[in-house]
Amino acid sequence: MNAGRSQILDGIRRSLRRGELSGDARNEVEQRLAAPPRGPEVARAQLDPSGKVALFCQWAEANNATVARVAAADVPAEVTSYLARNNLPARAAMAPSSQLDRYDWASQKMLSLRKGRAEASDQVSITGAFAGIAETGTLVMASGPEHPVTLNLLPDTHIVVLSEADIVAGYEDVWARLRARYGKSRMPRTVNTITGPSRTGDIEQAIELGAHGPRRMHIVVVRD
Amino acid sequence: MQSTAHSFSANVAAALADPNLQDSLAKLKVGFSERRRQAAERLPEFEALRDRARDIKNHTLANLDFYLEEFERKVTALGGHVHWAPTAADARRIIADLCKSVGARTIAKSKSMVSEEIGLNEHLESIGVEPVETDLGEYIIQLRHEPPSHIIAPAVHLTKDQVADTFFEHHKKLGFTKRLTERNDLVAEARYVLRQKFIDADVGLNGANFLVAETGSSMLVTNEGNADLSNTLPRMQIVLASIEKVIPTLEDAAVLLRVLARSATGQESSAYTSLNTGPKRDGDLDGPSSYHVVILDNGRSSVLGTKMQDMLRCIRCGACMNHCPVYGAIGGHAYGWVYPGPIGAVLTPQLIGVEEAGNLPNASTFCGRCESVCPVRIPLPSLMRHWREREFERHLTPRPVRQGLALWAFFARRPKLYRRATALANRLLALFGRADGRYRSLPLAGGWTRFRDFPAPQRGGTFHAQWTRHGGTRTKP
Amino acid sequence: MGLIEPKFLQNRAFCAVERLLRRCHGGAVSTLFPAGASRPKRVALFVTCLVDLFRPSVGFAAIKLLEDAGCSVEVPPLQVCCGQPAYNSGDRATTRAIAAQVIEAFEGFEAVVVPSGSCGGMISHHYPALFEDDPALKARAENLAARTFELTAFLADVLGLQKVAARYDGAVTYHDSCSGLRELGIKQQPRRLLASVEGLTLREMTTPEVCCGFGGTFCVKYPEISNAMVGEKSADVAASGADTLLAGDLGCLMNMAGKLQREGSAVRVRHVAEVLADMGSLPPIGEAESGKSGAGR
Repeated sequence: MNAGRSQILDGIRRSLRRGELSGDARNEVEQRLAAPPRGPEVARAQLDPSGKVALFCQWAEANNATVARVAAADVPAEVTSYLARNNLPARAAMAPSSQLDRYDWASQKMLSLRKGRAEASDQVSITGAFAGIAETGTLVMASGPEHPVTLNLLPDTHIVVLSEADIVAGYEDVWARLRARYGKSRMPRTVNTITGPSRTGDIEQAIELGAHGPRRMHIVVVRD
Repeated sequence: MQSTAHSFSANVAAALADPNLQDSLAKLKVGFSERRRQAAERLPEFEALRDRARDIKNHTLANLDFYLEEFERKVTALGGHVHWAPTAADARRIIADLCKSVGARTIAKSKSMVSEEIGLNEHLESIGVEPVETDLGEYIIQLRHEPPSHIIAPAVHLTKDQVADTFFEHHKKLGFTKRLTERNDLVAEARYVLRQKFIDADVGLNGANFLVAETGSSMLVTNEGNADLSNTLPRMQIVLASIEKVIPTLEDAAVLLRVLARSATGQESSAYTSLNTGPKRDGDLDGPSSYHVVILDNGRSSVLGTKMQDMLRCIRCGACMNHCPVYGAIGGHAYGWVYPGPIGAVLTPQLIGVEEAGNLPNASTFCGRCESVCPVRIPLPSLMRHWREREFERHLTPRPVRQGLALWAFFARRPKLYRRATALANRLLALFGRADGRYRSLPLAGGWTRFRDFPAPQRGGTFHAQWTRHGGTRTKP
Repeated sequence: MGLIEPKFLQNRAFCAVERLLRRCHGGAVSTLFPAGASRPKRVALFVTCLVDLFRPSVGFAAIKLLEDAGCSVEVPPLQVCCGQPAYNSGDRATTRAIAAQVIEAFEGFEAVVVPSGSCGGMISHHYPALFEDDPALKARAENLAARTFELTAFLADVLGLQKVAARYDGAVTYHDSCSGLRELGIKQQPRRLLASVEGLTLREMTTPEVCCGFGGTFCVKYPEISNAMVGEKSADVAASGADTLLAGDLGCLMNMAGKLQREGSAVRVRHVAEVLADMGSLPPIGEAESGKSGAGR
């Protein structure tokens, strides 16, 4: 509604005692948008690649995810094994992603995989990840045809296959990667950052896992 | 939401007499503050990040119109829609119209204090749309017809037994016939019930922690993942956010995220951060077909450029109320409206008027603990003092207080007269007897002596009388 | 007379750093305490209205401590109050009038020492902003702010006092009054000085930094909330196992003493200045001359 829009913008300008931004003032903010300045760097994640991987695993586990570090060839077997050791069915909805196609899923005869989005009846999902953040043990998922968002949320158990090469230090490095992939200021429909399984502290301030999203998260960290 | 802030006294009395509330507050006081302290200790850059967060917010507020326009430009370019709501009524109408446009019967809601502020749920119900709160805490209080008592933990005032009773009462009709006792069972039952609501919902409505101007994205943090479900499953997504939620860039978001979770719950990061940019794209297998952002003013633009502007830096973390000894004594409902605790004491008079909410900025000792933990360094006690000044100017201070103050001021501005008055007061107090050094009751001091003894003055007269008597007084250099 | 950026001197940590720098660099870090003048000699005592009316011994204890540390102390006669009751009630006009009086009365002293964190904070943190529209008065307010100190901070940080000559046989717990703690950074200073008192042991409460519920007029405007807060504080005091409660602010002390005594507690309540000045045998707050402690019946 244009009337509402003018009312609000005029109200803001009246309070700030100026008209619309122009000239140097405007150039300055446009510059800031074009070249966003970073805040203080968080030292703890400024490590060499193996340090970052270790830090990621440490924080992910601290947030109730389980982590397995494997070679690429062992990824499908690790998934089958994880499901078996947790008494879960050998059946999963899987992201139709080229990232995951690298692995020899066919080698797992007992594992039944359906590529696509998740349905409410799915108990397990398997996805890749756009990145992992070492600073906080956080996974970053970017939505798209290769990564339906429902896979991150609907099933009880979420298995994520993450390459060591995709583990970065902090949020800023994720933004740089997003811009490189999608273009400056262009984003996929949803970026979810996920740190461990879903949880709530809403009953007597004690944490319970599996509020609405997955109760279990297993991260398979892959050496290239 | 209807305010009961004018009956603050009665609210306080009820709160202090409520054993369930007092039990819950006892946990809250220790839990949140200890976890925040540990999180701050673990991160050497924490103080620098707080300074930066404050600066980002100040910069944004000084250029708020620019960033809002930029945000709108980006959203529109992606096929989303921005709606500008100067008042609460405008926001209600816009959202109702959006719901009607898709024939919505249910709307799944995630974490929006602003929706409480504008009374959205009642309005939707009146037009035949069922709002379902999906945040567990919000869901619980929705069933109980209670308002939230905390801005990030809305059901923090309840015990597990109270939640169990509520679920038992309301889930019977859905086929759950057993009263549960374990927390994890309660969470599992809520998950099951609400899962179907997510799937059935026609519209998802989320609040936002931040609106990122650079990309046209809305950002919301949760631990449960409900926001991600409500902005993925239904076919229409509505984001409801107030004007000061806009921030310039993703880099700015990184700074704010780092101080948000740590200040709120002591977590390094909340479990989910949802960054949504527009409707589903070609080739997406899931996601909403339409994306609408409703931007609300409701009295905030008039705070810009005033002494109160700093309150607009708030990122709704809840640290202030977690550390406030007054909140810790009376809980959130006593504040009588949407926003409790120190931020509530500052924001509520602004949004609903100081005549209605005048008690809130007065019920503070100015201990300053809130300011010391605020991630964006809002000078909350100073803002509360500004409200007291406004009340004083407008003669809203209660008469006896004003008169007492005036009497005291008369003497305080006349030191020689003051000396005589205090010497007299000193002797008068002696008349009431100081046999054991204190008074069980004292005229005009009922507020004190109801609960405490009142220490009697020492023997020998006032300090100045003694100093003079012993010849200690010297004139200025 | 140089005017120092008041913010620096209001940062009590800076005081300690300043002394260190002076020792290392031997040069003037500030013009207030120039190299060569080792410590301020002429000090004015801001008594505070509560000390004046209810417990003069606190003022005398402060004077004794300052004199023992080598200062000469004067008590400007035209002082009444720092103005905080008016300030926190929103009466800015009265606050300014009282502040102007204080500024006038304390002009010319090298340092102003206050046995109270809240009054000290009022002067050093809030006075300058009262006079935004009056540059001359604002400059004088800033000048006063820069040379006003809470007592224990002055002794420990400015005078560099390490110990006092005092004895107190007892287990003491220390309450951190809010303004002193959060506006003036007073935390370690009283504890360091108390550690030097012979016979004294310190037992910390679980939350010494939580407000006691006094808050000036708050305790009578919202008595039930105040009572809830002071009730928690007295439980914390009891749990510490201390037999004595100390703090640096008489308002807090009177509030806590009143509650403890109403509850029949045997804990004695005193101002930290009294214990440091070896006046720890005076009748505690709320107890009579003949006083056996614990006379709560």
